[in-house]
Amino acid sequence: MNSKTPILEVNQLHTHFFTKAGVVKAVDGVSFAISPGETLGIVGESGSGKSITAMSIMNLIPSPPGKIVDGEILFKGEDLLKKSEKQMRKIRGKEISMIFQDPMTSLNPVFTVEKQMVETILVHERMNKKQAKERAVELLDLVGIPEARGRLKNYPHEFSGGMRQRVMIAMALACNPEVLIADEPTTALDVTIQAQILDLLARLQKELGMAIIMITHDLGVVAEVCDRVMVMYAGKPVEYTEKNTLFELPKHPYTVGLMNSIPRIASKQEKLAAIEGLPPDLRALPGGCSFAPRCSHAMESCLSHDPAWTEQAANHHVRCLLYEEDAEKVVSE
Amino acid sequence: MAAIPQTSPTPPEVPEQKTTATPKSSSLWLDAFSRLIRSKTSFIGLLIILLLLVVAAMAPVVATHDPTDQQLLDRYLAPSGDHWLGTDELGRDIYSRIVYGTRISIQIGLIAVGISAVIGILLGGIAGYFGRWIDQIIMRVIDILMAFPSILLAIALVAVLGASLTNAMIAIGIVGVPQFARIVRSTVLSVKETEYIEAARAIGAKNNRILFQHVLPNCLAPIIVQATLSIGTAILDAAGLSFLGLGAQPPSPEWGAMLSDGRAALQTAPWVVAFPGLAIFLVVLGFNLFGDGLRDALDPRLKQ
Repeated sequence: MNSKTPILEVNQLHTHFFTKAGVVKAVDGVSFAISPGETLGIVGESGSGKSITAMSIMNLIPSPPGKIVDGEILFKGEDLLKKSEKQMRKIRGKEISMIFQDPMTSLNPVFTVEKQMVETILVHERMNKKQAKERAVELLDLVGIPEARGRLKNYPHEFSGGMRQRVMIAMALACNPEVLIADEPTTALDVTIQAQILDLLARLQKELGMAIIMITHDLGVVAEVCDRVMVMYAGKPVEYTEKNTLFELPKHPYTVGLMNSIPRIASKQEKLAAIEGLPPDLRALPGGCSFAPRCSHAMESCLSHDPAWTEQAANHHVRCLLYEEDAEKVVSE
Repeated sequence: MAAIPQTSPTPPEVPEQKTTATPKSSSLWLDAFSRLIRSKTSFIGLLIILLLLVVAAMAPVVATHDPTDQQLLDRYLAPSGDHWLGTDELGRDIYSRIVYGTRISIQIGLIAVGISAVIGILLGGIAGYFGRWIDQIIMRVIDILMAFPSILLAIALVAVLGASLTNAMIAIGIVGVPQFARIVRSTVLSVKETEYIEAARAIGAKNNRILFQHVLPNCLAPIIVQATLSIGTAILDAAGLSFLGLGAQPPSPEWGAMLSDGRAALQTAPWVVAFPGLAIFLVVLGFNLFGDGLRDALDPRLKQ
């Protein structure tokens, strides 16, 4: 899977927010690489830094208070963090596109879909309005909106949630991006529509060969579409591996906890196995491992020693002391 | 949602809701307009405004006399069949003067509010969108402007610019800027945090484009309400300035100036001041009722 050269490579990304109450390390040392045609899942709870990672790639961190303090984001070998705002604008929407969580609010309510799509196309492509309109029809067809031509004149509120997300996807694909960042694209949709949108993304990926970064908190989505997965906790990646490995052999106690908290249809358990406690306040992270206070396997050294990002097996990175110092030590259960 | 068949697999090509295919297009503004008409008070306001517009447009037809034609033998005539609302101290027909005065009032209302709106929207939009130091500077200047009583500020501006109707309109326009700037700024602050603005940024749109094409059109509703309400105030302020001799100059049939000219005869010929006063009252009432109705109609919380 890693044989292809990566199109996007993120190395040791650190995005911090400098607030009055202290420095929030929203993203702290994230690294990953993604090749064309591949889907990377970024999983984590609210506030674990998933979306900030995505915004950092687009270079859209509100600054101040936010700032990318360290790291590099290599897109086709060039560091996006060294690009000027003008150069970035040419990349946004053209080479790297993004779709957002809530299709109800991510379309401008006062314009027709046509105006918004045509604008997107005209920002990046040398076309006249008529050609752009034809392209818009083509795109709506592509994402499976019936009677695309007629619906161009509609306003966003005249579309259902699933249809709006299709419109958003169509807009994101307008200029054939090479990387598509999907920030919880199905969270606001109901389950049947979710499946349709995921299928649509998978089909489009196959047809267009783009790389997809799928940000989600839903392991079900990961199981369905991703090739590789990065689990994030409190701004740090804690585990990064192939999807199948993650589901079969999760190593980090947090990943294990996430897996256990999925309700199983087969078992008759009354209570969900939730992970105890709450994610820490990012302004005042505990010393040592951020997850230690909630971890059922925490050792004394976990509270003082921050584990390193180590490659446990081939293509399997984990950040946990359980594996760091003594690889033979098995989770005591 | 329950209509989705449970047995068949759902390939992505299957449209999820066939029933919604191309529904009849309705827009925010059409909805708002129908709500507006349903409210009695705003409908009355709308009627008054329409009446004003018709009278202004058809002034030569509606008027019975030349508004500046003096008949010194017919001074201070009481309302009668020939002079419906009586005559003033120079024997001019008050009805005809009021009719022609609608033109001046509309002109004042539109131009003064236009000046306030353009400057206010620009300042408020820039302050709200870019924030930080530029916001601080603009809004502190606005605060200073607001610290003066509006009519006093207008008087001071006219005193500097010179007394004329044009200068009165400019002065009233400037006095109205703070209201627009504040409303626009606060609306921009909330609109710029919405996801579709973030999406516009993710598409690669420039700041100017985002502000003028995406943010400001979404701030239109409060701006329109403020503009409608401001027209009434502007007409009233202009009448005040003209009353003080700082606005419209004789012989133009401006309502405030008519009040001023007639005040000497208040005891003997009350119709000279009563009717222009009534005209001002009616027009300001009309714009205020309409503006209030518009605000309710555009308020999404009241939408059923």
